[in-house]
Amino acid sequence: MSSSAHTAVHHVHRDDYGSRMGMWLFLFTELILFGGLFIVYAVYRFVHQQEFHLAAQELNTVVGLLNTVILLTSSMTAAMAVTAIQKGNVRFAKGLLWVTVLFAGAFMLNKYFEWSAKIHHGIYPGSPDLLAKPEGEILYFGLYYVMTGLHALHVIIGVVFFLFILRQIGQGKVTPTSYVRLENSALYWHLVDLIWIFLFPLFYLIH
Amino acid sequence: MANVAMPADRAEPNYLEVTTNSHKGILGWLLSVDHKRIGLLYLYTMLAFFAVAVGFGFMIRLELLTPGKTVIDAQTYNQFFTLHGIIMIFLFIIPGLPAVFGNFFLPIMLGAKDVIFPRLNLLSWYLFIIGGLIAVSAWLMPGGSADTGWMFYVPYSLRTTTNVVPALLAAFVLGFSSILTGINFITTIHRMRAPGMTFFRMPLFVWSLYATAWVQVLATPIIGITLALVMIERALGVGIFDPSLGGDPVLYQHLFWIYSHPAVYIMILPAMGLVSEVIPVFARRTIFGYKFIAFSSLAIALFGSLVWAHHMFTAGMSDTAMFVFSFLTFFVSIPSAIKVFNWVSTLYKGSIQADPPLLYVLSFIFQFSIGGFTGLMLGALSTNIHLQDTSFVVAHFHYVMFGGTGFGIFAAMHYWFPKMFGRMYNLKVATAAWAVVTVGYNLLYFPLFISGYLGMPRRYYDYLPEFQPYHMVSTVGSWILIFGLIVMFWNLWRGMRSGPKAPMNPWGGVTLEWTTQTPPIVENFREVPTVTTGPYDYSRYESAAKEGK
Repeated sequence: MSSSAHTAVHHVHRDDYGSRMGMWLFLFTELILFGGLFIVYAVYRFVHQQEFHLAAQELNTVVGLLNTVILLTSSMTAAMAVTAIQKGNVRFAKGLLWVTVLFAGAFMLNKYFEWSAKIHHGIYPGSPDLLAKPEGEILYFGLYYVMTGLHALHVIIGVVFFLFILRQIGQGKVTPTSYVRLENSALYWHLVDLIWIFLFPLFYLIH
Repeated sequence: MANVAMPADRAEPNYLEVTTNSHKGILGWLLSVDHKRIGLLYLYTMLAFFAVAVGFGFMIRLELLTPGKTVIDAQTYNQFFTLHGIIMIFLFIIPGLPAVFGNFFLPIMLGAKDVIFPRLNLLSWYLFIIGGLIAVSAWLMPGGSADTGWMFYVPYSLRTTTNVVPALLAAFVLGFSSILTGINFITTIHRMRAPGMTFFRMPLFVWSLYATAWVQVLATPIIGITLALVMIERALGVGIFDPSLGGDPVLYQHLFWIYSHPAVYIMILPAMGLVSEVIPVFARRTIFGYKFIAFSSLAIALFGSLVWAHHMFTAGMSDTAMFVFSFLTFFVSIPSAIKVFNWVSTLYKGSIQADPPLLYVLSFIFQFSIGGFTGLMLGALSTNIHLQDTSFVVAHFHYVMFGGTGFGIFAAMHYWFPKMFGRMYNLKVATAAWAVVTVGYNLLYFPLFISGYLGMPRRYYDYLPEFQPYHMVSTVGSWILIFGLIVMFWNLWRGMRSGPKAPMNPWGGVTLEWTTQTPPIVENFREVPTVTTGPYDYSRYESAAKEGK
């Protein structure tokens, strides 16, 4: 190594279009990740139509609907936060992001009660009650836990993104002239929302 | 710059001398976001994993020297071929060209200063290392490493008491690393091209990386979720693939191959791109059929994504599905053959300079063609029934993956070595090593075609005495191959340490990396280059050849 006087300052390349493009590519991979699960779901539902139908009746449609409304509204507040920062209203943008995070918390709380109730009724992976059921119902609940669980993990990651952005707004790193990170986090949040829109009918509305 | 008074070729300190952060020594490497340093980090770690996997391969071959037990017991043998597969595939062949040479040369070939997301690039390397260490460390845990083969087929991977979860987790993490590299490359190619560098002026290596990156981005998530499902199923007892809970193991095989067949194109496409780089340089001719080669990369990526079930002809499928998948398999050979024809046409009437990079490339074409044709034999329904799960498959796979991609990686190492390290290796020793490696390689794998055709099953620990001659030739071949590899790496190592200084453009290449300083400076170019011609403009040489000079 030569002297430290030669230490080069690395080129800082800002390309918002490129950042968004990278995010979209990442969202493709997320869609395909869930796509694999949708294939598994499609195959098993095709083979066990009756049992999927019966098992679905054990889910509470009202709770599912409530969560759908919560998540859709949070997607709206996330989109509004982007518009707010574009228009230079940083305080309003921060407020909207906090609302989004609160909605996400409400979604997770609902999910917690929903899962607890199921587990309380003895329906969880490997439980004797579940194993006594027909194969189609075992598969249904296996997929239910995996798919909604993976989705819940994405909700948590989205919240982490938003908290990170809130911190960066505070530090002046995300501003009305440089807000691509907020845009990308909102894009991610819309994906979380979109996947739920498919999960909801596939698990709650097969009647 | 204050030091412009220095000689023209040493005007600025190169990337080996200065780093992008304020650290010195090892941290200047481990925390550097310079794509060239990250490329070298990948190179060294990848070669370390390669050495480990060669060791396992050596043991497998040694064990098969005689029927019955030779050196290791059957369970160890199962674990060795599993580790050999996991390490070679996820830690050597997949990252070999894109992560090492793609990282190093993609930005330079585009006339860019770096990839578009340099920090993400470094994160990919850390994920790669973490995944690699998880894969290897499972060997030390109680229960031993997985014995399922690298395909992790259920239900056995759900039943075995060995450490399958670490192996699955390793593959999952490595997949994530691969996805991030793919995203980085696609975005870099779209956004970071120098002025005048249109898509059809991009070098063919860049085209192949572009096609590869799309496969990485679109196929890898499927294996991610599939392996995650097996992990969840093993850890929590969720019923997904386990037949005793109503699951369908054939569905697992479909999901596995939806990724893993395109993955072989992740492995071979960059090697094809490398061949398309080397041939024009050493034949002094403009590449024949530039657009055909570029589009055939995309065609391979597209059709290659639709043929996965040809791995499962004996697993249970409808006749219609078998027919369609077999047909598509034949179809995918067309773009591969287009490439081979174009390479050979480029060599035709060229003024060929048989230096080590070209020699490795010629071995590639020979071995890849054998691998490709035997692939058609496996893709045909009737012969597949006979050849499925025999060592014929092993030979075919190694002919395309090692004889193809592996030799492509060796060619890349010899081709770009002077640019990367600023020094030259001994050409005579390199040529001799190439000859030994090629002979040893073919001696190792060709007998497996014959024994497989005669009925030698793959992955078997023991075998009938009539197969022993083939196994003996093969094992001797493995010794010759390893000897050749040692000579090759020793020669490169010695060149790196104490070889003569390399000039800026030792081979006479005309792509952008040969216009930079040797080794390149931190941000590659002193001024952003402007591109005015296609990538392989050898018209000067060609007109000279016509005039009889």
